[in-house]
Amino acid sequence: MDRPLNLVLFSGTDDKLQAAAVLTAGAAALGRPVHVFLQYWALDAFRRDRIEADHGLAPEAGAEGRAAVDRLARAGQAPWRETLRMAKDLGGIDIQACSLSMDLFQLEPADLDSLVDGVEGVAAFYDAAGDGQFLFI
Amino acid sequence: MVVYAIAQLIDARGLNCPMPIVKTAQAMRTLESGAVAEVLATDPGSVRDFAAWARSTGHELLEQTSDAGVYRFVIRHK
Repeated sequence: MDRPLNLVLFSGTDDKLQAAAVLTAGAAALGRPVHVFLQYWALDAFRRDRIEADHGLAPEAGAEGRAAVDRLARAGQAPWRETLRMAKDLGGIDIQACSLSMDLFQLEPADLDSLVDGVEGVAAFYDAAGDGQFLFI
Repeated sequence: MVVYAIAQLIDARGLNCPMPIVKTAQAMRTLESGAVAEVLATDPGSVRDFAAWARSTGHELLEQTSDAGVYRFVIRHK
């Protein structure tokens, strides 16, 4: 299965990043290439100095959702950054920072975690995406 | 019942989706063509996942059993 999966990550909360990491790792296990494009708050969560921080949950989580997420973490669920590292280790995963979002936060490539492979604009993202499926999270 | 020589046991018990197939994909890289691996998982989603994973990757799902909430898969490297 060679058709790439193209993920645009916009949200920077831990639950949405976890969902994105699961989709990425699953595709990697199937041998499917994945292009990840980091925009806005998702990019902010990949800053070297913040990636290990608590990024909160989507508003709909509430207290009950927080407790459920914490329970899974205590039971040993890998954090999203670790899941992404495993996915990258399998190969075929390219994670790029959106250049507009880099400007927004006044970031340099050195400010980003090593999970991020580079910085590109939207044209380069579409070019790499080919005729694969798109997801926006 | 056929008894296979298991080259590697992948213990994915207690791991959530997608870790059983991720760990298995990792292990496949170190095995040679024709080698057989056994996977143990407790994630109920793994039953459909391993069938899909085998279809997508071309590795062969030789056996699939379950006992007391533990799912067992026997896979042959393509």
